[in-house]
Amino acid sequence: MSKIKQKHIHNKYLRQKKKFPHVWCPGCSNGIVMGAIMRAVGELEWRRTNTTMVSGIGCSSRMPVYVDFNTLHSLHGRAIAYATGIKMYKPKMDVMVVTGDGDATAIGGNHFIHAARRNINLTVILINNNIYGMTGGQYSPTTPTGDKATTTPYGNLDPTFDICELAMGAGATFVARTSAYHAVETQSFIKQGLEHKGFALIEVISACPVIYGKLNKKGDASKMMRQMKENIIPVKSFEALTENERENKLKRGIFRKEIKPEYTAVYDKLIDSLKPEDGEK
Amino acid sequence: MSKTLKNGEVEKLKTGTVIHGDGSAAKMEVEETEVKSEGDYRESPVYIYHDWCKKCGICVSFCPTGTLASKPDGSPYVKHPEKCIHCEMCDRLCPDFAITGAKEK
Ligand code: SF4
Ligand code: SF4
Repeated sequence: MSKIKQKHIHNKYLRQKKKFPHVWCPGCSNGIVMGAIMRAVGELEWRRTNTTMVSGIGCSSRMPVYVDFNTLHSLHGRAIAYATGIKMYKPKMDVMVVTGDGDATAIGGNHFIHAARRNINLTVILINNNIYGMTGGQYSPTTPTGDKATTTPYGNLDPTFDICELAMGAGATFVARTSAYHAVETQSFIKQGLEHKGFALIEVISACPVIYGKLNKKGDASKMMRQMKENIIPVKSFEALTENERENKLKRGIFRKEIKPEYTAVYDKLIDSLKPEDGEK
Repeated sequence: MSKTLKNGEVEKLKTGTVIHGDGSAAKMEVEETEVKSEGDYRESPVYIYHDWCKKCGICVSFCPTGTLASKPDGSPYVKHPEKCIHCEMCDRLCPDFAITGAKEK
């Protein structure tokens, strides 16, 4: 076969020379979300050295391997705990957490709700693919009832978590949902989440065509993404639907955006108030 | 103008930089690399980096203008370079950073 000089695309936030092509399966949405994150950070013109990405374990949690920020690939479910530590020690550092549905809401469920309750300035980008991909296809708290996973071969019995409702219930001050198909919106929500002073959750519905898709006969990556386009609809259109029409539909948009005291700021204030005044011993 | 490379032909390509339409995105630089591939356009509005492409077919499915098409083995190629409108859909939806339709600067 002939050799042809071909153009190679180089992105300044990628660890270009390492580990590419990445480990994710063909058609997996994780790469799309990673692109959206890099675009959002690029838009904010954040310095690589002052941006940290923390993750736990899982498919989406492989992301810190590929991006050229400060990165920390931590324990299963504990990403938010590590990120809290970084943020408390260095409040000026911009810290984001990339996590999955199983990582954040099952194994790390407690870290998730308590970070939201404290309203600490972290941006959690939760990539929800409805299954534990990397560990072998077990069902997760967001696997739809009745759907198959390797541990639920006859269909899942559990009702599912609505992650956005969970975060709002716990007190998160920025909550949004979108899908990987809506890549422009994903970029915009991530940007707004990164700018938000407080706990921000961006849930991105993603496609796992190789495990979840195959087990549940959802078709290939393009087909799954077309389904996202049809079924994940803006809040307004969702609310106009009747109860029956809402089946299989999911709303997307920014559900909450409010300003409340931020944890590291409150902590700093406390420390300041305890410092001895001039002249005092 | 776009031409299809013939078997055995090696062409020196210029190195350029593409910046996304919204001005936001991480700046992308286009470098030359040598890979084995046939039927690629020498000069095209879309760059496909076959070493990273996993042939998932998303770019071909969602290109709104029909610029891209799949080869029998599933790998994408630029079928109608003149149709590309630089909408960056392929670029944003490719999970593997293997294609860009952003304008060259
Ligand atoms: S930039 Fe848009 S029109 Fe051009 S190839 Fe990509 S998807 Fe098609
Ligand atoms: S979307 Fe990317 S990985 Fe998929 S076929 Fe197109 S260029 Fe290849």
